[in-house]
Amino acid sequence: MKLLNYTTSYFAAILFLLLGIWAVIFYLEMLDEIYDSLDDGLDNHKMLVIKQAKNNPEILQRLDFEDGSYTIRPISDQRAINFRDSYRDTLMYMQNEKEYEPVRLLETVFKNGDNFYKLKIITSMVEEDDLIEDLLFSLILLYIGLILSIVLLNNLILKKIWNPFYGLLQQLKNFRLEKDQQIKTIPSTIEEFNLLNTRIEQMLGKSISSYNSQKQFIENAAHELQTPLAISINKLELLVENEDLNSEQIELVASVLNNLEGLTRMNNSLLLLSKIENQQFPEEELVVFNDLIDELKLDFEDLASHKEMKINVENFSQLEYKMNKGLARILLSNLLKNAIMHGERSSEINIRISSKSFNISNISNQGSLDTDKVFTRFQKNSQVKGSNGIGLAIAHTIAEKYNILLNYTYEGKHSFLLSFPQVDS
Amino acid sequence: MKILIIEDQQDMLQNMKDFLEKENFVVETAESVSEARNKIGVYTYDCILLDINLKDGSGFSLLEDLKKKEIEDGIIIVSARNSLDDRLQGLNLGADDYLAKPFHMAELNARVKAVLRRRQFKGNNKIKIGNLCVDLDEHEASIGEQLLNLNRKEFEILLFFVSNQNRLVNKSALAEHVWGDHIDQADSFEFIYSQIKNLRKKLKTADAGIEIKAVYGIGYKLVEE
Repeated sequence: MKLLNYTTSYFAAILFLLLGIWAVIFYLEMLDEIYDSLDDGLDNHKMLVIKQAKNNPEILQRLDFEDGSYTIRPISDQRAINFRDSYRDTLMYMQNEKEYEPVRLLETVFKNGDNFYKLKIITSMVEEDDLIEDLLFSLILLYIGLILSIVLLNNLILKKIWNPFYGLLQQLKNFRLEKDQQIKTIPSTIEEFNLLNTRIEQMLGKSISSYNSQKQFIENAAHELQTPLAISINKLELLVENEDLNSEQIELVASVLNNLEGLTRMNNSLLLLSKIENQQFPEEELVVFNDLIDELKLDFEDLASHKEMKINVENFSQLEYKMNKGLARILLSNLLKNAIMHGERSSEINIRISSKSFNISNISNQGSLDTDKVFTRFQKNSQVKGSNGIGLAIAHTIAEKYNILLNYTYEGKHSFLLSFPQVDS
Repeated sequence: MKILIIEDQQDMLQNMKDFLEKENFVVETAESVSEARNKIGVYTYDCILLDINLKDGSGFSLLEDLKKKEIEDGIIIVSARNSLDDRLQGLNLGADDYLAKPFHMAELNARVKAVLRRRQFKGNNKIKIGNLCVDLDEHEASIGEQLLNLNRKEFEILLFFVSNQNRLVNKSALAEHVWGDHIDQADSFEFIYSQIKNLRKKLKTADAGIEIKAVYGIGYKLVEE
């Protein structure tokens, strides 16, 4: 849920509760006032009736409400003494409305001469119904009005206020350290946002510069290693040609040479990796993957036939993508090399190419690889000697550079899938 | 044959010098652009090995000067800067080849000889060792009158050995030369062994006067019987 909607929903709930409580209290207060005024009216009426009864004893015999709003009937002394005045609501049949309507009733006793009489006075309270209705109606209106204005305010004012925040958020959402992009913050008059902006700028600046210097370091280090490696390997090559060496000594030199060559390959891979990350392959062209895999299939023919493996390529559709051709070649050849190296002897490698995907799968009895780490540098597979575990990391880095998704799945077969983004043309 | 090595890393320079001298080349050296300019002005060389990063300047500028003066020496750039740009720039400026450090001596040897062949034996591009004859234009090899039935890779293997006759050829040097980067892992040695085995069989059936000898742990050596 968005921050703005979140506050709105909170406001809605709180307002609902507050307005509800307020409505109940307000209603009770109003009711109290109304009863008070009705009862005062009845009291006044009572005085008038009692006064009238003294002058005109005829009315002491009014036993029903036929032509007035009161009745009087005599009661025994005994009952009169224990009687207390009472106000209550009741229903009475109204001739005009032809139904029962609520009325306020006052029952009281008074003494006229030596006799006690019971007096019932009524007054209509029909309007009170309307009052509740009106109250509820205006309450709902008020509630809706408040919610609407909050939503409106959120959208107009808050959005404007939070604009720097959302602008920053949007950029952070798309921010990738490897992509070498800058975050442009929107200046604000709000202190907190300015603090956030400067802090984020500082943090990102630090991250970017340390990321860059790390990349630069790897490239420089790998680069500086080339010459000493070359010298060492060449000196050993010269040494081993020496006729005086016995076979044991030759074997020793061979072992050192092998390790130095391994180091050279790893160094080359690291250099390539950092060159890709340092954007040193700017040239791009439309690469036809179907043709590229045909070329690579030829290159790997010897190696595959040595392991008695068969490479099946199924072209469902032409796959074209704009990228650096050299890197495309490295990407595919690393995947193919991986499939040949780790595939079972005499098994098949299946390649399926459709317009937006490239899938390569091989059979291996090693079981699933760790999907989280398969594209991590130096993720070695101990079963295959000589593999430096960097080929898939390079493939992944290349794919990432061109927004291609590289996924690994295992369902009886090791399967690597390249998914190409839809290109808007 | 005279070769000039321009390289400011003394160890590197010495290695190349030692190796090429064993091939009976006359090797001269220069450690800076100015020293190289002096030598090139006085002598002519069949092949120049040129490092790009020199103390007193870039090898590229030297290369440009050479080409302006229409000096016909074969030039191989030897550089630790293995970038496509450098390679293209070097070749566009007229270098014959580009070799990235680190490299194997056998590879250097093969490249130097290829350049020399292209320069020297125009029209007659054949190498003979004993009764073996390698025709570089036709990509064919024959023993006496009998044509060897070699596939593309086998021909390349044979040619690499022929360029490095009597020299110890490192297995990975061979693998990198013939199969490029594709075979740098895992059971590559077993793979190379089986490729060599096939080639040996073909040479033996044709009664070749040469033999590819295995040097345990290191690689192979082509010798004349």
